[in-house]
Amino acid sequence: MAEFSWTLLWFDYLWPLIILLLLVLAIVVPLLVAVAMFTWFERKVMAAMHLRMGPNVVGPFGLLQAFADGLKLFVKETIVPSGANKVVFIIAPMITFTLALVAWAVIPFDEGVVLSNINVGVLYLFAVSSLGVYGIVMSGWASNSRYAFLGAMRSAAQMVSYEVSIGFILVTVLLIVGSLNLSDIVEAQRNVWFVIPLFPMAVIFFISALAETNRHPFDLPEAEAELVAGYQVEYSSMTFALLFLGENANIILMSAMTAVLFLGGWLPPIDIAPFNWIPGWIWFFGKILILLYFFVWVRATFPRYRYDQLMRLGWKVFLPLSLFGVALTAGVLVAFDLVPQAG
Amino acid sequence: MAEVEIRNYSLNFGPQHPAAHGVLRLVLELDGEVVERADPHIGLLHRGTEKLIEHKTYLQSIPYFDRLDYVSMMCQEHAFILAAEKLLGAEIPPRARFIRVLFSEITRILNHILNVTTQGMDVGAMTPVLWGFEERERLMEFYERVSGARMHAAYFRIGGVHQDMPRGLAEDIYEFCDTFPAVIDDIEGLLTENRIFKQRNVDIGVVSIDDAISRGFSGVMLRGSGAAWDLRKAQPYEVYDELEFDVPVGKNGDCYDRYLCRIEEMRQSLSIMRQCLDKLPDGPVMIEDGKIGPPSRGEMKRSMEALINHFKLYTEGMHVPAGETYTGIEAPKGEFGVYLVSDGSNKPYRCKIRAPGFPHLQGLDFMTRGHMLADTVAVIGTQDIVFGEIDR
Repeated sequence: MAEFSWTLLWFDYLWPLIILLLLVLAIVVPLLVAVAMFTWFERKVMAAMHLRMGPNVVGPFGLLQAFADGLKLFVKETIVPSGANKVVFIIAPMITFTLALVAWAVIPFDEGVVLSNINVGVLYLFAVSSLGVYGIVMSGWASNSRYAFLGAMRSAAQMVSYEVSIGFILVTVLLIVGSLNLSDIVEAQRNVWFVIPLFPMAVIFFISALAETNRHPFDLPEAEAELVAGYQVEYSSMTFALLFLGENANIILMSAMTAVLFLGGWLPPIDIAPFNWIPGWIWFFGKILILLYFFVWVRATFPRYRYDQLMRLGWKVFLPLSLFGVALTAGVLVAFDLVPQAG
Repeated sequence: MAEVEIRNYSLNFGPQHPAAHGVLRLVLELDGEVVERADPHIGLLHRGTEKLIEHKTYLQSIPYFDRLDYVSMMCQEHAFILAAEKLLGAEIPPRARFIRVLFSEITRILNHILNVTTQGMDVGAMTPVLWGFEERERLMEFYERVSGARMHAAYFRIGGVHQDMPRGLAEDIYEFCDTFPAVIDDIEGLLTENRIFKQRNVDIGVVSIDDAISRGFSGVMLRGSGAAWDLRKAQPYEVYDELEFDVPVGKNGDCYDRYLCRIEEMRQSLSIMRQCLDKLPDGPVMIEDGKIGPPSRGEMKRSMEALINHFKLYTEGMHVPAGETYTGIEAPKGEFGVYLVSDGSNKPYRCKIRAPGFPHLQGLDFMTRGHMLADTVAVIGTQDIVFGEIDR
C-alpha cells in the first residue's frame, strides 16, 4: 500500500479541484450577472416596443433593477403551501437551476476557451436540456395546486414534443460536421455558417428553442391569462428566484446553442480584416445578444398558441420537416460525396 | 373488472384571476383541457345600485350610471337621462344633443379600444394593450376637459349637458379623429392577419343568429352573428338619424368576427364624431326650463325666480310626472336599458337596469362547452364583460 503523502494529495487532487472550482465560478458568476442583465434587457426592449419607459429608477437607466428584484426575493419569506410535498417542492427549483448552469460546461466561448471540451458535447447539451422538464414537472406536481398541475402537464408534453425535432435538427448538423464536439462544429463553419445551407433547419431550431424554454408564443405552461403563472404559481422568494434564474439561464443557453450550431460560434462572418481583429468571444456574445433580442421581439409581437395547436405544430409540422431535412442533408452529402471522414 | 370512478377536474377560475375581467368567479369542469361545463358565479361586485337610486334624486342618480360599466361611462348616463327626459317630455337644445352623441361615440371608442386590445392580451399578445392605452389616455383627457373627471364624468344631465365644451376642445377632438386611424392600423397589423391570433379566435365561441336572439344578446354579440340590429339605426335616438354611418355585421358569429366588428365600429365612430363636429350648432346646452335645468350663474344674480329654481333644483330635485318608461340605447357592449317608474315625486320609484353583459355572461356556458380552457379565456374576452354592470 502506497504511503500517504500530503504532497500527492495536494498536487494530484486538491490543487486541480481548486482550479476547477475557480473555472466553474468564472463561468457561473458572469452567467448569473448575464441572467440578471437579460431581465433588464428584456424589460427595456419590451418597453421600447410598447412605447413606455421600462425600469428607470434603480441605478442609471434602471440597470440595477434586476439586482434590486433579486434582493427583494432573497429577503422574503419562503412560503411552502400546507398541501405541498415539501421535499419535492424545495428540490424542484434547485434542479431547474442546477441543470441550467451545468449545461454551460461544454459551451466554447472562444477558440479553446471551454471548460470541458468533451467529444459528446452535443449529446451532453441535449441530455441536460431534456432533464430540464423534471424541475418543472416536479414543481407543478409538488405544489398541489390545480393551476400548477395543469401548467406542469402542459410543459411536460410540450418540451418532450419539441425535443424530438430539436434532436433531428442536431442530426443534420452532425451529418455535415461528423463530430459531436462543439468546438469542431464551430470550426467546420469557418467558410460558411450553417445558417446559410441549413436555413430552414435553423429557423425550426430557433422556434423549437422558444418552445423548449417555454417562451412566447409557446409559454402555455405559465400562460398568464389561463393558468395565472402555471407551475410557478405557488412559489415565492428564493425558490421562485431559482426557477426564474434557471429559466432565463436556459434562454441564454439556447441562444448560445443556436449561435454555436448555426451562427459559427466565435467566428466572424468573413475571415478577413477587419472582422478577424475583433476577438472571438465578442463575436460569440454579440450573436447571443442578437438571438436574445429575437426572443424578446417574438414575445412582444405574437399571441399565444393553444395547447392542441402547439402539439399539432410540433408533431405534424416540425417533426416531418426536420425529418425531411435529415433525409435531404444526408442525401446531398452522399450524392456529392461530401460525407465527412472519421478522423 | 374493478369499478373506476372518473371525476372531472374542476377548476376555480377567479375571482382573482388575470383573465377574469374583474371579479368573475367561474367554476370550470374540465376533462383534461376540454371544458365540460362553465358555471359563472356573480354578485361579488354587487353594490345595490338600483335600490340606492330609489333613495336619490334624479340628479344624484346620474353618477351611479358611470360606475356600472366603468369603461363606457357616458353611454349609461345617456340611457338614464333619456328615460327621465321622456317622462318629463323635455325638449333638448340641439347643441346639447350633438355634444351627447359626440361623447357617446368617444365612449364607444374608449370601450372598444379596451376590449379589442384585452382580447389580444387574453390570447397572449401584450403589445396592443399598451398602444391602445396611449389613445385611451387622450380620450380620457377629452372627458376631463369637458367634465373635470377622467372616468366618472356625470356630464350628461337631464335637460342637456352640464356645461358647454371648453374652447379648443372641438379642434383637438378633430385632430384625434385624424390621427387615431393610424393607431387602429397598427393594432390591426399585430392582430388581424396574425396566424396565431386567427387560430385562437376563428370558430371559437360560435353563436348562431337564432341562439343570439333567443338568449337576449345585443350589441356586437348579436351583430357578430349576422343580425343587423343597432338601436342607433333601428330606433334612432338623439340625432343619430341625421348622421351617416354603417353598422358592421359579422358572418360566422365567432370571436374573430366580433373582433372585426369592433374594429370597424371604431372607424365608424370616428366618422360620426367628425360629422357631429361639422354639424355642431351654436346655442344653449341646457334646457331653458327652470323646473328641469339649472339657470345660468348670471341669471341667478339678476332674477329672483332663477335663484328659487336653482335652490329647489339642488335641494329637493326635479319632480318627474308619474309614469313609466323603458329606454334603451346602444351602449358599446350592447343594449343598455333603463326601466324607470316615477310616482311624481323627486325620486325614481323604481329604476331597473338592463345591462347588456348579463345575458352575455349567461351564454358563457354554451359558448365554451367543448372548447379548451384557453378558449374560455378568449370567449370571456370577446363577451366584453365588465362586472360593474353585471353585478350592479
